[in-house]
Amino acid sequence: MNPVNYLYLAALLFTIGATGVLIRRNAIVVFMCIELMLNACNLAFVVFSRMHGNLDGQIIAFFTMVVAAAEVVVGLAIIVSLFRTRHSASVDDASLMKL
Amino acid sequence: MENLIALLIAAPLLGAALLLTGGRRLDSVGHWIGTLLSATSFVFGVILFADLLGKDAEHRTLTQHLYTWVPVESFQADVTFRLDQLSMTFVLLITGVGSLIHLYSVGYMEHDERRRRFFGYLNLFLAAMLLLVLADNYLLLYVGWEGVGLASYLLIGFWQHKPSAATAAKKAFLVNRVGDMGLSIAIMLMFTTFGTFAFGPVLGSVGDASEGKLTAIGLMLLLAACGKSAQVPLQSWLGDAMEGPTPVSALIHAATMVTAGVYLIVRSGAIFNAAPDAQLVVTVVGAVTLLFGAIVGCAKDDIKKALAGSTMSQIGYMILAAGLGPIGYVFAIMHLVTHGFFKAGLFLGAGSVMHGMNDEVDMRKYGGLRTYMPITFVTFGLGYLAIIGFPFLSGFYSKDAIIEAAFAKGGTQGWILGGVALLGAAITAFYMTRVMLMTFFGEKRWQPDENGNEPHPHESPSVMTIPMIVLAVGSVGAGFFFHLGDRFLNWLEPVTGHEEGNSPVGAGAITAATLVLLVVGAGIAYLQYGRKPVPVTAPRGSLLARAARRDLLQDDFNHVVLVRGGEHLTRSLVYVDHTLVDGVVNGTAASFGGLSGRLRRLQNGFARSYAVSMFGGAALLVAATLLMRAV
Repeated sequence: MNPVNYLYLAALLFTIGATGVLIRRNAIVVFMCIELMLNACNLAFVVFSRMHGNLDGQIIAFFTMVVAAAEVVVGLAIIVSLFRTRHSASVDDASLMKL
Repeated sequence: MENLIALLIAAPLLGAALLLTGGRRLDSVGHWIGTLLSATSFVFGVILFADLLGKDAEHRTLTQHLYTWVPVESFQADVTFRLDQLSMTFVLLITGVGSLIHLYSVGYMEHDERRRRFFGYLNLFLAAMLLLVLADNYLLLYVGWEGVGLASYLLIGFWQHKPSAATAAKKAFLVNRVGDMGLSIAIMLMFTTFGTFAFGPVLGSVGDASEGKLTAIGLMLLLAACGKSAQVPLQSWLGDAMEGPTPVSALIHAATMVTAGVYLIVRSGAIFNAAPDAQLVVTVVGAVTLLFGAIVGCAKDDIKKALAGSTMSQIGYMILAAGLGPIGYVFAIMHLVTHGFFKAGLFLGAGSVMHGMNDEVDMRKYGGLRTYMPITFVTFGLGYLAIIGFPFLSGFYSKDAIIEAAFAKGGTQGWILGGVALLGAAITAFYMTRVMLMTFFGEKRWQPDENGNEPHPHESPSVMTIPMIVLAVGSVGAGFFFHLGDRFLNWLEPVTGHEEGNSPVGAGAITAATLVLLVVGAGIAYLQYGRKPVPVTAPRGSLLARAARRDLLQDDFNHVVLVRGGEHLTRSLVYVDHTLVDGVVNGTAASFGGLSGRLRRLQNGFARSYAVSMFGGAALLVAATLLMRAV
């Protein structure tokens, strides 16, 4: 199977993720869409690695996973505290630094 | 012998330094130190004069190179003095009359507690004036020129506790600055034209320069002369300068400093000879001032201001003569010297009268003083006869020569200039007779001053009368002495050059006309002020008389044209500043303020709108990268 098709899939996933970030208000959904974009990138890295015949892309994909894991920890903590203070998980409600 | 020249200047300069820095301990002897050093300078002058007389006419030029002042490549300014017949004449006049007036001031300033300072300023003036006439280049002359301006300022404002004196000093200084600008521009033009400003090279290579440039230099020199010599249009300061002590008026504002303009023009004769247009302007300025001063002199009741108008008028004669070119140079200087004698004498006489009359200056409050002040009366009277040109007295020879030279200019110009000079002689006779009659004849019109003190007119002490007597002798004899065997002409001719003009009228006819006009002028004055009693308060008078009392509206003219004009100019500049300059500055600030106000709206706190801009930016970058790769 032609590896370019995987690239199309990666582009599609990235677009879905980006659209989700832009149009959804729920912080959890926005967060998941970001994960989707990261994983679309990972997929593209792996495909490039395959196409060029070296391991650089795969190594970078691992790095991305580690960073994404760390980001999840911090991001979820922020979302939880946001929900506790404002009783809402909408990103639009958190438009001001003060309450 | 050359080395004496610097000592001429050094003596009064030493006096000024001693008296102005010496402090109170010199108070008791300061005036004698000043007088002695001034007399020393006169003695040096006489020694040098005797030396010059011992040489033949072509070799009577001494130069002394003291040091090089500014040595920069082609810009060479030397402190070099030049003593020739022209500067010698001035040296003798300045130090001679100067010493007499120092002596007079010892008596006149006796009760002034700042007398030491006064003598310091007088010595400073002498040093600056000697520097002016002895300089061998225009730059050094400029130093002296500014020096006399400073001394004049200090002395006019000597009684600075009087606001009028302080204002008059400022006015004199400011008006003189306008003239000084002319001199500095002339020197710059000389440097660009000739590459030097020493007298010899500049005046010797006049033929190499274009006439346009020479005319420009000539007009700038004339502007300088107008400022220093109180000629129209820069005449307005001289009348107010009479606020200074009377010896100052006699020395600086009658006999010496105000004649510096005449010296400048005669010294630069070669330039004017090659620039007929500039010469014409010089004669016009002289002729206009001659009438202007004479008319002002007719209407003033203040004795010093009447004499100031007369000074202006007589210097107008000199400038007129200097503008006539080689026909007139010698006569301009001759009139300058005789005028130095009789006008200084007249001013000292006026000072003596004021001294006896509790410093009253209004002639309407004098009257009948001849029996109270016989010496003042006789010396003033001789000066009076000399200035109106009474036969065989000084003014007769020198003024007559100028009138003849004016006619000898030839053509219509000659007739106009000669006519103006003749008319001036008639008006001179009128206003001087008026001064004489109002002061010394008629009944007493004295009044107690505001403190109730009745004036007790008395003759001045001999320290004051002796200088007056000496000057009176000069007023009587100088003209005849100079005229005899054309002595003055032969003396000055090697420096200034001389030509006989061809006058359309004979010399005898001109002399006769002058004498007739003299009698007419004096006669009218006698009918008006001798036969009828003089009213103590001035009558309203005709329109001309009222204008003349206001100095022919010179200050009003200056106010309307210069002050108002200046105000309008500054107002419009302020308007431009507020609208244009501030507009640009404020507009820039406001546009940046507005722009940032709009940009601020982008920062709305909504995370999703930030995300849009990030995606947009990333998309743009990707698009740009692709585009660059495609190209």
